[in-house]
Amino acid sequence: MTDAIIANDLHFSYTQYDESKKPIFQGLNLSIAEGSFVAVLGHNGCGKSTLAKHMNAILLPEGGKVYVFGYNTSEDEKLLDIRRNVGMVFQNPDNQMVANVVEEDVAFAPENLGIAPQEIRKRVDEALKTVGMYDYRSHAPHLLSGGQKQRVAIAGVLAMQPKCIVLDEPTAMLDPHGREEVISTIEQLNREKGITVILITHHMSEATRADRVIVMDKGHILLDGTPKEVFVHTELLKKAGLDVPVTTEIISQLNRTGAKLPSDALSIEECAQALCAWLKV
Amino acid sequence: MSAIIEVKNLSHTYSIGTPFEHKAVVNMNFTVEKGEFLGIIGHTGSGKSTLMQHLNGLLKPTEGEILLGGENIHKDKQTTRAARFRVGLVFQYPEHQIFEETVYKDIAFGPKNMGLSADEIHQRVLRAAAFVGLKEEDLELSPFNLSGGQMRRVAIAGVIAMEPEVIIFDEPTAGLDPAGCKSLLSNIKDYQKATGATVLMVSHSMDDVALLADRLLVLNEGSVEMLATPSQVFVHAERLQQIGLTVPQVTALFLRLKQLGISVDPATYTLDSAVAQLLSLKGGKRHA
Repeated sequence: MTDAIIANDLHFSYTQYDESKKPIFQGLNLSIAEGSFVAVLGHNGCGKSTLAKHMNAILLPEGGKVYVFGYNTSEDEKLLDIRRNVGMVFQNPDNQMVANVVEEDVAFAPENLGIAPQEIRKRVDEALKTVGMYDYRSHAPHLLSGGQKQRVAIAGVLAMQPKCIVLDEPTAMLDPHGREEVISTIEQLNREKGITVILITHHMSEATRADRVIVMDKGHILLDGTPKEVFVHTELLKKAGLDVPVTTEIISQLNRTGAKLPSDALSIEECAQALCAWLKV
Repeated sequence: MSAIIEVKNLSHTYSIGTPFEHKAVVNMNFTVEKGEFLGIIGHTGSGKSTLMQHLNGLLKPTEGEILLGGENIHKDKQTTRAARFRVGLVFQYPEHQIFEETVYKDIAFGPKNMGLSADEIHQRVLRAAAFVGLKEEDLELSPFNLSGGQMRRVAIAGVIAMEPEVIIFDEPTAGLDPAGCKSLLSNIKDYQKATGATVLMVSHSMDDVALLADRLLVLNEGSVEMLATPSQVFVHAERLQQIGLTVPQVTALFLRLKQLGISVDPATYTLDSAVAQLLSLKGGKRHA
């Protein structure tokens, strides 16, 4: 497999108003395989969003290199290729809606790429069908629910036909139903269309659905592995200001009293079955 | 207990007489008790925000009335103005409303508008800052140099400093990390305990409201679906899912265990009670 994103000895800092530097990354190394679904977790200020912004050259490294599908983000002439391949979806869908009609909003990016009108029509319809918003194509975006708006925002990115989508806390403003709509859409894009997905989130239950979970702490990678590998580290996660899924927490508390339950029973179903078996012994 | 807020036959319709006419709240009736912690849950568009904006007079009912301490808040202009000070509203992402040069000035803005003395304002700013966990040396900083989580604390302190009898939070933890959520929620709970204020909190996190609230108000399609204690509400898991909500993770697990034939209480929603029940089930077996 080839890599979608590579960060090589990445250094980055923000300049504060008194001219002092606040370092975020001091030599970060990371590679994300094409076609994978990666969740990035970490407390506020750990560098998650800063990392996301390096993935489509909104921010550029101060030291080291970031490669996106082989393009070096520091090379100006590659900017269009990078942005075309990596789409971003932010927390608040209202911040990325530009038009008064849903389908016009979705057409915005392909129009800017100078694509022929018939092709745009095709891409917009396809993108809206993929996220399940085709029936709403002539609606006004501001009258949609949060989850629907966020799906329109995802369609707008899809219409560019990117190879990778980076989502920065896309469900933070949504109710449980909207959250599920968005997460299953993302899952489907990854599984069916092979799009590389990088999901930044605070919700552990969303992270458990990824192939790989990266936990960041103060600009470093604290843990990196499959959800089952990562979530057994209850103490480490808590120290990093994060929660563990309730299932893991219950099992780890019971295990402390001498039970021998599998610490990687993550889903409600797995945990219920494990508890059931334990109670019956 | 006595009632602090009474919502009577409240209906609100937006854009009456236009093609966009929309009934956001339909004949709502309920009472908030003095000093209670009321969690408000409901899917997007269920009428939560419309309801909240009625409670301190920002919106006027299309039909029905809101009583604050037994008095209609739209009785006259003075009563409406007084209601705005008696009921504090913390909007979603309140940090977007910060505008002053220093944290101190931003927190002092509300009390200043109330026409309080300089000394009283000073005392209130210090108390409010302490409640939300801001340190004294933070007060002279520019709020725009703080992290998002700290900016939110400043904004909340600004409302607390007005010392309202009722304080309403609209998703106070949206976008905060788990540690930030926990500490802000415990600040809110401590504030309620220390001042005896009535707290209303809108949240999309069932786990959060389950832990804090004395009662839950469940809204659906602009009407009251349920108003009861968390354990009474969460037994209706199926109904909650039908109306676009979920149950806390612990409850979901216990519902599944119940289905699998284990005799647990399906309305369990706290971690401690979950672990205790499992241990006693196991223990009972061992000694049997």
